[in-house]
Formats: sequence, structure tokens, C-alpha cells
Amino acid sequence: MSSLWIICRKELKSYFVSPIAYGLMAFVALIAGWFFYNLTASFVSYSMQMQMSGQSRPMDMNEIIVPNMLGNMSIIFLFVVPMITMRMFAEEKRTGTIELLLTSPITDLQIILGKWLAALILLICLLGISALNLMVLFMYGQPDWRPIAVGYLGLIFLGGSLLAIGEFISTTSKNQIVAGAGTFAICLLLWVLNWITQFDTSTTATVLSYICIVTHLDPFVKGIIDSKDVIFYLSVIFFGLFLSARSMESLRWRA
Amino acid sequence: MIKVSGLTKRYARNVAVNNVSFEVAKGEIVGFLGPNGAGKTTTMRVLTCFLPPSDGQAEVAGFDVVKNPMDVKKRIGYLPETPPLYPEMEVEEYLLFAGRLKGVPSSQLSARVKEVSERCSVADVSKKLISKLSKGYRQRVGLAQAIVHNPDVLILDEPTSGLDPKQIIETRELIKSLAGDHTIILSTHILPEVESMCEKVIIINKGRVVATDSVNNLTHRLRGAEAVAIEVSAREGSTIETAQVQQRLEQVSGVSRVITKEPKSGNLRFEVESLQGRHVRPDLARAIHEAGWSLHELHPVSFSLEEIFLQLTSADTTAQVPAAQLEGAA
Repeated sequence: MSSLWIICRKELKSYFVSPIAYGLMAFVALIAGWFFYNLTASFVSYSMQMQMSGQSRPMDMNEIIVPNMLGNMSIIFLFVVPMITMRMFAEEKRTGTIELLLTSPITDLQIILGKWLAALILLICLLGISALNLMVLFMYGQPDWRPIAVGYLGLIFLGGSLLAIGEFISTTSKNQIVAGAGTFAICLLLWVLNWITQFDTSTTATVLSYICIVTHLDPFVKGIIDSKDVIFYLSVIFFGLFLSARSMESLRWRA
Repeated sequence: MIKVSGLTKRYARNVAVNNVSFEVAKGEIVGFLGPNGAGKTTTMRVLTCFLPPSDGQAEVAGFDVVKNPMDVKKRIGYLPETPPLYPEMEVEEYLLFAGRLKGVPSSQLSARVKEVSERCSVADVSKKLISKLSKGYRQRVGLAQAIVHNPDVLILDEPTSGLDPKQIIETRELIKSLAGDHTIILSTHILPEVESMCEKVIIINKGRVVATDSVNNLTHRLRGAEAVAIEVSAREGSTIETAQVQQRLEQVSGVSRVITKEPKSGNLRFEVESLQGRHVRPDLARAIHEAGWSLHELHPVSFSLEEIFLQLTSADTTAQVPAAQLEGAA
């Protein structure tokens, strides 16, 4: 069995044996359910109004509920990702189990990728919980499933990027709280970088808004796969994992 | 099996290990002895590829720790000072994980785990959560983890620290029983442990090796310079003075130093150190007898490993003869 998969399996097991995975699932179910209820209820009352005022064309669920729902999911990530990544390395460093991993015949990269993959699988499970809400749409209407799938693909890319960043921050600290708070701060910053475009159109502003991690999600939630955005997310993932690897290496030199 | 030459490890400001060289042959149990902060753990971490050396080479089973870390890691079992355990795992689950991680083929995995759990007597808790285990069990689970892939070399960092006396004895027995098949390096600052378990001892202080020798040789060599404890009193009806006796004893040929000790129940007590290779006991007895005093006690005081250790590791006494010699030998 590949070493990467051994680490990944161990991580998954520790998520699902402890209350972490279930707590997060409950949290996501609650918040996503609330989002969904509000969006659907307002959709229903709005379309009633439209019918009253004599609009012939029915409103599109794919245009209103789905993008907002998926867009809101990314807000949930902002809180969930630090909770997942904060223990990744901080915990191993504090309890000393990192010594077992680093003195076993596996490479740093296998450890980093294994942990990242396990966290991504957990995140996909959380997305699965949120997707249950959208199932309701299929029961009462005929939304197009393809934009929904693309939107979820985008969320997986976004989640993977945030997890890679969180993983890097976790390698830098022994303290879970520090790692978690740091990850939250960085994610939030990457989130709001595009605010600058509201009043500024200079090159700096364009670059900053390009780095903003959610602007690249918009095309996905509208059902568009743009290679530009795919490449952006893949580079962020690569960059985060690369920094983690470097940080692990420096850990050896400094420790 | 293990070859370390000129190993140096520098941290930002201080040198943790300074130009350390030693060799360990196959099947030996070597004690790595030194006060806290002497560089034991750092040296071990270099050997296990956890830390890269700043300078010098370290080889395990013919593989360099920097150039072929994977080959080294496959051949070592390492028990760090705090056993690297996942509290949320069951013992068996943990050992299976450790086995997989260290590349035990899956066909042999469960058999290996069963074997090491029995050997380290943790089989009875195999379904227990590690967080519920006592310190002694944790230590043994850590040891089971270190030997699960049947490594050629075992590196144990203070394997008995924090255990109760009974557990210490059990752990020592366990380590001794592992000796034949594995080459073992264990670090400790507990001296009787080295005397009871190891064939060879490497004494390290402030990042430098101060002595490398077999336990027997080391005690023997220092015993060459013999110390004799003497208890004397005056015959009935007469008195003696400490200075007088001391002077008389110093006159005996071969005596290098006479130390006055606290008198006990009216007897004067002295410790006499002789020059190396001189047997002064008969002469001392004769001198006392001829002076007309009563000799109550005269026996050699052997240097325990403890005293040797203190001599070698405390700076102000290193000037003494034996230590200087050892430094040359190391």
C-alpha cells in the first residue's frame, strides 16, 4: 500500500473516530439548511409576485437558488477550513508523533499530500451534506444538474486551495489555536481582496482582485469551467503544498 | 553497524553536538550516557534522520543518513523520549499503522503486530485506547512500535524514564532480550541502568564524547588508582590528633592524597588515594600498627560508574589523572 494512502487513511480515521467530522457535518447541515430555506422561501414568494404581475416566463431555479447557495457555501468554508487544518501538524508536533512520521521510511511529500487528501475528502463529505438540500429541488422541479456539478467542482477547488494554505500554516506552529487563527486570518484576507475594485481600477487593484480567492469561484457557480480559474486554483494548491514541504524541511534544520 | 565521525550539530546560537565520533558493532548494546542537555537526543535524532547534521558523517548499516535516508529509516527503530503515540487509536490499530508506515508487507503485518505485542507484553491491552493507558504501558507500546518492522538497529531515548521501579526492571529485561538480533543504542542519565544493561558505554558531556569504553574497562581503569577507606582510633588511655594521623599516612610510599572524613563514634576516618598501580593497603596497615593506633577498618573503595561519570562530566575534576587519560583514549 502506498505510504501516501497510509497517512490519508490514518487521518480520515482520526477525523471520523473523533467528534471533529460529525461536529463539522452538523454545523454544515445546520447553516446550509438555513441558507437553503431562506433562498427557497424568497424564491417562492418572489415567483408568486411575478405571476401575479403577469410575467409569463417562469423563474429559473438554476439562476437564483443554485448560484447563491453555492456562493454561500464558500462562506462556510471560511470557518470550516481552519477547524480542519489547525490540528494537521500542530497536534503532531505537540504530542511528538511527528517524530514517528519523520523517522519512518516515507517522504515529507507523502505526509503532506496524504494529510491534504484526507482533509479534502472530509471537505467533500461536508459538501455532500449541503448537496442534500439541493436534492429537494429535483423533487419539486427540473433544475439542470450540470451547472450544479460544475459549481461543486469549483467549491472543491476552492476548498483544496484553502486547505493547502491552512496546512502550510499548521506546519509553522505547535499551537492549534495559533494555527487555526492564522489560517482564518489569511483566508479572510484572501477573501476580501476584491473589495478594492469597488473604488479603484489601477493595476494594483486588478492584481489584488485577481489574487482574491472567491472571484475565481463566480464562473464555476454560474456553471462555467474556465481554464484560467482552474489554473488559478491548481497553482494555489501547488503553492500551499510547496510551502508546507519547505516548512517541514526547515523544521528539520531548525528543530 | 553504526559509524559516526566528526558529527557536529549547530543550532542558531549554540553547538549541541561537537565533533562526536564513535562506532557500534553489530549486536552490541551501547549506553549513551550524559547529563541532561549533553547532546544525547540530538545525536540520536541525527542517526534517525530526524535532524540533518551540520557537519560530519553518520552511517547506519552502511548507509549515510544524509544521502540515503530512506535506507537508513527502513533499518532503524526509534523510541523518542516521549513515545510517539496517537491517543485516539487503539493499541493494535496503532501498531498496525506503525507497521504499515515502516513498510512491513501486509501479508506479515498482523503476525508481526501480534508477536511484538506479546514480546512487549501489551497484548492484554490491544483493544484499549492509548489515551487510557498508564505510563508504563505507553512506554512499552512505544517500544513495540520501534521493533515492529524488525529493524537492525534500535535507538532508544531514555527508555525507562518516568517508570516505576518494577516497570524499569521489566523494560530493562525486555531490552536485554532484544540484544542478540538488534544493535541497540540507548541513552540515559541513570547509571545503574548502563551497568546492568550495556556492554559498552559512550559518555558525552556538553556535546563532546569524553569517554568510550566497555563498562568493565572503564570501572577497571579508574580503579587502578585505588582509594582506601580507613578508620582509626587511639589505644585506650592515649589520644590522637587528626593531623598527626594524616601526616603519617601521607608518608606511606605510593599514597597520593589523604582526605579527612567526618569522625564516627569516636573513630577518625580517612580516605586514602594511591598512585596508579600501587597497592598500598599492606603498607598502610603496617604504618598504623607501628604508630600504635587501633585499626578498625581498612577496605578499598571502588569507583562506581557514578563517580567516574561525575569525574568525567564535571569540569573542575577533569584535570585528574584518569579523566585526562580517557580523553586521550576517546
